Amino acid sequence: MPRHVPSASFCVPDQPDWCSQVGAARMFSFGVFFPMGCLFASLLIGCGGGSSGDEICLGHYASLTGAQATFGRSTDNGILLAIEEINAAGGVNGKKVRLITYDDKGDAREAGTAATRLVTRDGVVAVLGEVATSLSLAAAPVCQENGIPMVSPSSTNTKVTQVGDKIFRVCFIDPFQAYACAKFAREHEALKANKAAILYDQASGYSVGLREEFAKSFAKLGGTIVSEQAYTEGDQDFSAQLTAIRASEPDVIFIPGYYTDVGNIAIQTQKLGIATPLLGADGWDSSKLAGIAGKAIEGAYYSNHYSQQDPDPAVQSFISKYKAKHGETPDALAALGYDAARIVCLAIGQAGSTKGDDIAAKLASTKGFPGVTGKISIDADRNAVKPAMMIQMKDGIPTYVTTIQPE
Amino acid sequence: MADFAQTLMTTLAVGSLYALIALGYTMVYGILKFINFAHSDIVVLGAWISFTLTRWLFPAVGLDAHNPDSPAPPLWLGASILIAAVVACSLIGFVIERFAYRPLRKAPRLNVLITAIGVSLLLQNLGQLSFMFGPSPQKMPALLSNVELWRLSLPSSGGARNVVIGLVDVMIVGTSAVLMIALEFLVFRTKIGTAMRAVSYDLEASALMGIPVDRIISYTFMLGSALAAAAGFLYALKYPGLNQPAHTTWVLLGLKAFVAAVIGGIGNVRGAVLGGFVIAAVEQFGAYYLSSSYRDVYVFALLIAILLVRPSGLLGSTVREKV
Repeated sequence: MPRHVPSASFCVPDQPDWCSQVGAARMFSFGVFFPMGCLFASLLIGCGGGSSGDEICLGHYASLTGAQATFGRSTDNGILLAIEEINAAGGVNGKKVRLITYDDKGDAREAGTAATRLVTRDGVVAVLGEVATSLSLAAAPVCQENGIPMVSPSSTNTKVTQVGDKIFRVCFIDPFQAYACAKFAREHEALKANKAAILYDQASGYSVGLREEFAKSFAKLGGTIVSEQAYTEGDQDFSAQLTAIRASEPDVIFIPGYYTDVGNIAIQTQKLGIATPLLGADGWDSSKLAGIAGKAIEGAYYSNHYSQQDPDPAVQSFISKYKAKHGETPDALAALGYDAARIVCLAIGQAGSTKGDDIAAKLASTKGFPGVTGKISIDADRNAVKPAMMIQMKDGIPTYVTTIQPE
Repeated sequence: MADFAQTLMTTLAVGSLYALIALGYTMVYGILKFINFAHSDIVVLGAWISFTLTRWLFPAVGLDAHNPDSPAPPLWLGASILIAAVVACSLIGFVIERFAYRPLRKAPRLNVLITAIGVSLLLQNLGQLSFMFGPSPQKMPALLSNVELWRLSLPSSGGARNVVIGLVDVMIVGTSAVLMIALEFLVFRTKIGTAMRAVSYDLEASALMGIPVDRIISYTFMLGSALAAAAGFLYALKYPGLNQPAHTTWVLLGLKAFVAAVIGGIGNVRGAVLGGFVIAAVEQFGAYYLSSSYRDVYVFALLIAILLVRPSGLLGSTVREKV
């Protein structure tokens, strides 16, 4: 025999899962053996099918490593805090809640695999995730087909919940966020902008969506878009776009991008001597933004899901508990993860069952849930209706300016 | 007028960076007739080694590397970091050539090409590991003070606007110019340069004439890597938000520099410099005057156009294959 071919029958359940898969794929067709492997594994390490065990399992897929690692880590920390609190208060329906988190490395294929693993093998009753729209869109069909409710803490693109009736979110959606930015630009005392320029990432669905909605809302509110410039993820030089924007003499520059690009754009804006205020969206929310841009980002505004300076006692108690557990100040993603986990556990408790349909029905009827990111109501399209906070960077600290209510 | 001047200034700075990187592609191609795909990763190493050294050395001169608004250190610190990065990358270039490419000297050219892709992937993924540079973007502390050297007010449509020329841009153009003139001197006025040109002309005949071919090839790689390291250092000065080593930014940067080398006539040292500035001009002026949505399209469309009209590039000469 030229080499040893591992057979599926050699696999003991506590061996890594590649063992059964590799063996099966070599000897038989993948389609025959993989579901059997899944079934086998779920009996041993899964959650006992949800209802029969003495604990309830929630799944979470997140980018714990990779370029958006801060997004996944914060969300996971928020969820862990919520579950710890719920368990301390006696759990849900008398059962403890357990979280199973898989790393999707910020890769859409990995997100799909992680969701498949959670719903088919681990037998979770509900799935939480993701931050980035592209990753949520990869996992949502898996959850929908298997009838397991999925709640995205912070994907703002409208497409996510359009996947099906099991997909929810606890954050606002991009059309509202763009409306909030446009309204703020038109009406805020220090801006009162008549002319706006937009600099957006043409390779990002998030950025393109916000650009369209902002342009629509800004025009509706009586303003004019004087220049629209594009860049592509990976660009480092924005001088040509910024020079063109400077020539159009706007009152405000709207930059719906992620914090890494925004940092570089802000530095180059300052170098070109452009003093026009910058305005952005929740992609700016990262403790790294001030670290990259320094003084160049001073005075810029962005819309966000929550503010650390919100005087609401519920928010302040969340912040102090989070600090005690994780040793850092929670960002918006942590707050949304916290709210998402609490809403899911509440729905499971109200449903009194762990069936996907029952939980989804209770999630859909959520009204006025007192989250740390504002009062959350789920509308007919399974999106959260809630206000947006406008934040200004002051001395490197995101400072609360005002709240924009839904229309 | 002001916008034209501002765009021209950006073109010069960006063009210098493309030219420096393109030189490495063109020199290796000139001698070994293969495209060193790992070259753009040497640029990445140059930038990240500069960053790491800066983080280490800032406390030594009493500055805080984590404060984004920290004042600039004395000029000698920047100069020594540049030299250290250049030396480190030259050594890495030497090692890569010695252990990845030299064993394949007699193998078909395709094998070397695939090895180069392998080296490139290796460097990218090693760089991402947390004990190397890590997977997150980092902020390069300012090595030069962010002063404006000139601020000219020029008339434009709709009133006068300023042209801002910063120290960083002038330093980039100046350092690149010095390096390129030094290279020109080395290639055309020294014995090593003559040997390089001889090896590029005919490798076997040079060996028969007593030229130590292996050593000359090593020198070429070290020289190319040194220029790439300098480009990486200057790049980190100009764009302080450094992306992680496997990020698309770097792939695109390498690709554009490679296009610059091809447009100028691959194998031709002066052509690479010309190509770098042509690419930068097309990119910057296209983005300003036409539309920023098609910035990369202009570059690659120009490549196709030039390859159709002059397949050997702007300054390349057609070499007739002997049958």
